[in-house]
Formats: sequence, structure tokens, C-alpha cells
Amino acid sequence: MTPSVTVLETGLLTTVQDSGRPGRAALGVGRSGACDLTSYRLANRLVGNAGNAAALEVTYGGLRLRADGDVVVVTTGARCAGTTPHNAPLRLRSGEVLELGPPASGLRTYLAVRGGFAVDEVLGSCATDVLSGLGPPVVTTGTVLTVGPSEHPHPGVDVAPVADPAAGDVTVRVTPGPRRDWFSDEAWASMVEQPWTVTSESNRVGLRLEGEALARERTGELPSEGLVRGALQVPASGQPVLFLADHPVTGGYPVIGYVDDVDVDRCGQLRPGQRLLLRDAQVRGGPPRGR
Amino acid sequence: MRVLPSGSTAMLVEVDDLDEVVALYAALVDHPPEGVVDIVPAARTLLLVTDPAVGSLAAVERAVRATTPRADQHDHGELVEIPVTYDGDDLDEAADLLGCNATELVRRHTSAEWTVAFCGFIPGFGYLTSPTWTAAVPRRSTPRTKVPPGAVALAGEFSGVYPRESPGGWQLLGRTPLTMFDAAREAPAILRPGVRVRFVDEGAPR
Repeated sequence: MTPSVTVLETGLLTTVQDSGRPGRAALGVGRSGACDLTSYRLANRLVGNAGNAAALEVTYGGLRLRADGDVVVVTTGARCAGTTPHNAPLRLRSGEVLELGPPASGLRTYLAVRGGFAVDEVLGSCATDVLSGLGPPVVTTGTVLTVGPSEHPHPGVDVAPVADPAAGDVTVRVTPGPRRDWFSDEAWASMVEQPWTVTSESNRVGLRLEGEALARERTGELPSEGLVRGALQVPASGQPVLFLADHPVTGGYPVIGYVDDVDVDRCGQLRPGQRLLLRDAQVRGGPPRGR
Repeated sequence: MRVLPSGSTAMLVEVDDLDEVVALYAALVDHPPEGVVDIVPAARTLLLVTDPAVGSLAAVERAVRATTPRADQHDHGELVEIPVTYDGDDLDEAADLLGCNATELVRRHTSAEWTVAFCGFIPGFGYLTSPTWTAAVPRRSTPRTKVPPGAVALAGEFSGVYPRESPGGWQLLGRTPLTMFDAAREAPAILRPGVRVRFVDEGAPR
């Protein structure tokens, strides 16, 4: 019998994710995919999956699932409380239950299974896009996920030595965006010098940041234009939005800057209340890129 | 042409008007620069998204600057007919705004040949323009929280069809029974950049 897992509890939000559906933005279809691609890819590597295998993205722990058949699973990203080892493959015997408590730091935990979850693709991807509604439905209690065949050798790694997501302030590098010139030098300086607090309105679409408002120098309407994850868009309120995986394909407010793509994954681990420091990448002595 | 920065994986190419966007998009789709995974046309811009493992932004920029736009786009795309029942809630108001009556508005809307300039907002939503449609209609001052799927609408210089129920501020002229976007179809979106559109009056009671 093909092994599967049955979801007993989902926590706040659990979705199926992969690396997303690039190539269709001209139709209004966004990329979506894991918010923290680095952790997602690590999870697949640790169980010997192809790079794009479907995994679960668990928001703030709370997932409980039962193995129906023997499976090998791994969790990466936010380390959840409980007895489940982290960044280390774990064999679950048929009938065994895995339970993820709340994470000590970070927000999103990736759970991959050896063989990947066999989920029907929508437009070439298994990613659930919460903005457009494309992809598999959000995982609910009782969802049964079939495990696919394992096609690659097991890597034989006991535990991957990666740091947990930061619990305190997170610093990322920003570069000027397409509408940097809609803002004064003072507004740019204010953005890269003040700490921004992640608000509770944040989700897979983006982080809503709170701080001292960024004033526009130029007024008027901006015709909508394309954007990618990492964009720092400034709506009329002056409080920026940092777009994540499920960002809209186009936006009608000016994008003042971009968080470096290699830093966006860490932003996908930020919780409401945590502070984000946007540092000008073109200033000497700035932070190193990535993790 | 202005090339504006958009992070470490993309660039925004800004041109003078929508016609230039359409012409440059057609040329870039025919011959995409190496490493480009997405091209997103919009009203005045095209976003080029790259796979950093394949092509550098500098190389993509050189390729874009060396591209000759294709100016003949209004005649070449696939032509689709969209049947419409013109019984929308804003038909009379939109006609007033355009200084005509509902019958005349329907005549103008169905006699224009439209082209999908770009998509956005939600999957499969196309922004249609027509060389014979120059009047701009303002959006509703208060957007509706629910516009039904298939609603045919006007806003600004554009016409559009809502692919699914969603909030929206466009003036509603009528509705089509076509499923504008279906992720399970081989061609999920009926409206893609470059497709030509004619609206056909289904002769509904007005």
C-alpha cells in the first residue's frame, strides 16, 4: 500500500508548497511557493527528494499528523517545541503521530517526506497561492496526503548544521527600487536607519511594516507595474509592505526599494512584533548577504 | 527607454506609452533574452524577471536595448469573440458618462476591436485597449465588494472581463457565460497579452 499521512491538526495555517510557478506572470499568475525557499530546499535535500518536491509549510507550529505506512520525514526552518528532531531525518512507523509545538523562534516550519507529497499540480506547481487561490486547497484537519515514490538515494545525513531563525532583530540589505525617485533622500535615510516592526496583518503575501511613515516627494497616480518578492512598496499611509511569495503580479504604489533576494527567505521567518532593520546595501560596512 | 532597478533578480523597463509596451513585449516574447523566466507587461512598463543562475541582469539589459519593438501588434494576435448580455448595473451610468445612451454604448463597445495590452489584478484578467476607444470612464467612487464572474466592464481607457468573483471598481456593462480562466485548461487564460477581442451582443433585454 502506498504510504500516506493524515493531518490531525493544522495549527494556524498549513499549506502545500514547492518552489512555485514561474513563467506565467504575464497571465496574472504569481510565482507563489515556499516563503523561505532556503529551508524548503534543505528539507527536500535531507530526505533525498528532487529539488521541487511538494512539502508542507507550517505556520507557527501546531501541526499534528499520523503516518499511515512507514515514512521518513524531516522538519526545517522554525524549530518547533516537542520531541521531533529538527534538520534531521526521522523515520515514522505506521500509526506513529508527529506533533509540532510552537517554535522557539521563526514562523514557518517545512515538513518534507521522503518521496514528496503526491499532490496534483496546478499550472505546473503544487504551491498554494493564498492571494490568487491557485494550487491545492489549504490543508485542513482530515487531509490525507499520499507519499510519492522515492527516486533518489538517501543522502545519509544525520543532522544539518544550520542556524535557527533569529528571535531578535533581523537585518537585511536593501537597494533602491524603480520608484526611489518618488521619495526624498530624507525618506530613504529614514527607511534605512529606523527599525521597522512587523505587524500582525502580515501573511504569505507580505509583511506589513510599522514605523515612522515615509513621505512621498512626488504625488500623483502610478500606473500599476510588475514586481517580484522583496519589493518594498509604499502605499498612501507611508507604512511599507515587504512582499513575500504570494505577492500580486503588479502593484499600483511606488516601490522605493528591494530587499536582496537572498535575504527575503529570512524575512519569511519574521513574526508579528519582531523588528526588521533595512540597511542600505550600497553603504560600506553593511551586513553580509544571506544567512 | 529607461531601465529601472528592481532587486537582484529583475529589472523594470519603462517606455513612453502603452503602444510601446505592446510592441516591445511582442518582440521580447518572440526572442526572450537568455535567463529571463517572466516578462510582465503593464501600462507603461515591462518587468523582466531572471533566473540568476542563467543570465546576468547586465546581459539581459543589453539584450532588451538591442531589441527592435514590433509595431504591428494590433493586427496579428489570435481573435476571440466574447458573447455578452449587456444588462450590467452600470450600463446607463457609463453611457451617461460617455454622453450617449445604453444602445449607443453597446454599439460602440461591440464595434471596437480590442487587444489585450497586459494582464494583472487576478489570474486571467486582461486590460483591453482599442484604437477606436478613446473615451475614459472613471472607476466607481466606491468599489463593489463582489463583482460576479464573467462581468464585462469599463474603467479608464480599458475594458475587461472579471474571470471570477472578486471585489472591483469598474463600471459593469454586462456579463459573458465564458469561463475566462480555468487552471485545468491547456490554455488557462482566454485573454493573454496580444490576443484580439470582439464583444458580441447576445441581444439581452435592456
